[in-house]
Amino acid sequence: MTQTIQIKPITRIEGHGKITITLDETGAVLDAKLHVTQFRGFEKFCEGRPFYEMPSLVERICGICPVSHSIASAKACDTILGVRIPKPAKKLRRLLNCGEFIQSHALSFFHLSGPDLALGFNSDPSARNVFGLAKAHPSLAMDGIQLRKIGQQIIESCTGKRIHPAWVVPGGVNQPLSEATRDFLLSLVPEGYAIIRRTLDWFKGSLENYREEIRTFANFPTLFTGLINSEGNLEHVEGKLRFIDSKGAIILDHLDPVNYQEYLSEHTEDFSYLKSPYFKSLGYPDGIYKSGPAARLNVCNGCGTPQADQEWAEFTGLERGPVLSSFYNHYARLIEILYSIEIFERLLNDPEILSPHVRAFARNNEFEGVGVVEAPRGLLIHHYRVNEEGLITWANMIVATGNNNLAMNRGILQVARRFIKSDKITEDALNRMEGLVRAFDPCLSCSTHVIGGSSVRAELVSYDGTILDTTLS
Amino acid sequence: MSRLRVATTWLDGCSGCHMSFLDIDEKLIELSERIELVYSPLVDQKIIPENIDLALIEGAVSSESDREEALTLRARSKVLVSFGDCAVTANVPGMRNQFKVQDVLSRAYIENSTSGNVLPSVFVPKLIEYARPVHEYVTVDLFLPGCPPPADVILSTLNELLEGRFPIPIGKTRFGA
Ligand code: SF4
Repeated sequence: MTQTIQIKPITRIEGHGKITITLDETGAVLDAKLHVTQFRGFEKFCEGRPFYEMPSLVERICGICPVSHSIASAKACDTILGVRIPKPAKKLRRLLNCGEFIQSHALSFFHLSGPDLALGFNSDPSARNVFGLAKAHPSLAMDGIQLRKIGQQIIESCTGKRIHPAWVVPGGVNQPLSEATRDFLLSLVPEGYAIIRRTLDWFKGSLENYREEIRTFANFPTLFTGLINSEGNLEHVEGKLRFIDSKGAIILDHLDPVNYQEYLSEHTEDFSYLKSPYFKSLGYPDGIYKSGPAARLNVCNGCGTPQADQEWAEFTGLERGPVLSSFYNHYARLIEILYSIEIFERLLNDPEILSPHVRAFARNNEFEGVGVVEAPRGLLIHHYRVNEEGLITWANMIVATGNNNLAMNRGILQVARRFIKSDKITEDALNRMEGLVRAFDPCLSCSTHVIGGSSVRAELVSYDGTILDTTLS
Repeated sequence: MSRLRVATTWLDGCSGCHMSFLDIDEKLIELSERIELVYSPLVDQKIIPENIDLALIEGAVSSESDREEALTLRARSKVLVSFGDCAVTANVPGMRNQFKVQDVLSRAYIENSTSGNVLPSVFVPKLIEYARPVHEYVTVDLFLPGCPPPADVILSTLNELLEGRFPIPIGKTRFGA
């Protein structure tokens, strides 16, 4: 008789999900799956809304990466307007995006995964959270809080609001940057560098401790994808798409992401509200690919900023080919924070950033638009169609987390096979399964989300649904 | 002084209200001396415990599991706060109410899907026909509007409760703020 273990809800991730692990009669792991249990319905209920409302509306998909949604959406709307937005507007959107990468990556690294990394995957679950981290490692926790704050202050200073600002609009942004704000933002830079350098040193020095996690956190060959700029360097806001194979060979390069449907397809499973995009020509599920921090560092030729480039060289030197283990997403996140601070500083020192030419005006001239960015978690695609009146008639979104759905599912199986030995459930084995999911920093409220009301940490359920064993936390 | 036992959850929301809570920044450390997060997406406790002093519910009630969670939290909490516009009015999640659940699901999983093309049905909670505000399911003691409510209002609300006063957020936050 097979048995199923459920971990619900997965905690310290954004949004709701659960994991099921199926064991055979000897207690060996047969299968493991991630279930994303919330559904939002944006693709349908945007119907009938004016397109110019979209950047603000879609921010409400996610309170952690609203800026990514607003920029992807605004880019789709720029196309619908039929305009080329002013250069200063592009720079300002990029500036804002730096704030978001800093705060979102800091949240993931310190607040959500920090407790596993600094206290240990098998530490006391009741203290394994950001407050426990603050007790045991006060300076590390404070660094995390400060770094997240810097990111949020960037967003707040530019837009007047930290979460869901109404600043990125079709045609550009709705307000130029003042000199005083620019100067204030520049004053945040030194502390940002200091924190990220300290954190990088600490994390690189402790990599040894995670040997088992590195070996098993979705460590298998897949394709990788990410946006690159014209020089092939790391890119978050504009750029073209590159796909590489698991050996590092470029299989497609400088693709216009607007034509995503030519190389990406989406698969639906009946056990999750999260769809699984895959690389079209390889089919499902062979077209598995990874997106997000480590994938971006794997596909690019470098970061194009001096400090991040040094770190990038060290990172890519971890393995002969692309860095396969998704545990290294944590490492890649830190490098991307450093990169974002460098880009941020560079933009602030560019006099054009104060230009008042920040918005192009037009009515709707096209009936369809696609906007693509790299969100902190990976590739994010917004695709809209509108009618004569500019009302949305159809929308499709491929959210960042979805890109990694296939890899997360296979990763969970890999971790389960390594850490679950029999039908005995150990707390740290379960936390490692969640840790694997956290390494992808999935945003399940983006992807869709919701489970709750569970009264036990894990259940061992027989196939007919009777509960055989429970572990209380 | 024993710490205030606080539970937080997100139902059909975007986690933005929780992020606004984190936006109290370094005051989080100070606050953790006075409150204990006994259940929250930010901590590893998976069971909704008994004897909760204060529960913050973000998001609308949209699925069977949302409903269950709201009911359990209500039963085990002294004070329950409808936390943010989605909880207070159903806000953006409520926008799906003008369509049939079936149509909303089909757009995502049938029309906009290349393969598979099934409606998720196993291991996922069933959607309720309409996404509704929290107070339609449980008694709410305090409404904290805002999308999200500003960090300083969240902090002052907690401080008032810690001081044993009932917070009145009127004028400090508003819908869509
Ligand atoms: S009220 Fe706003 S910030 Fe809060 S969950 Fe709803 S959409 Fe997100």
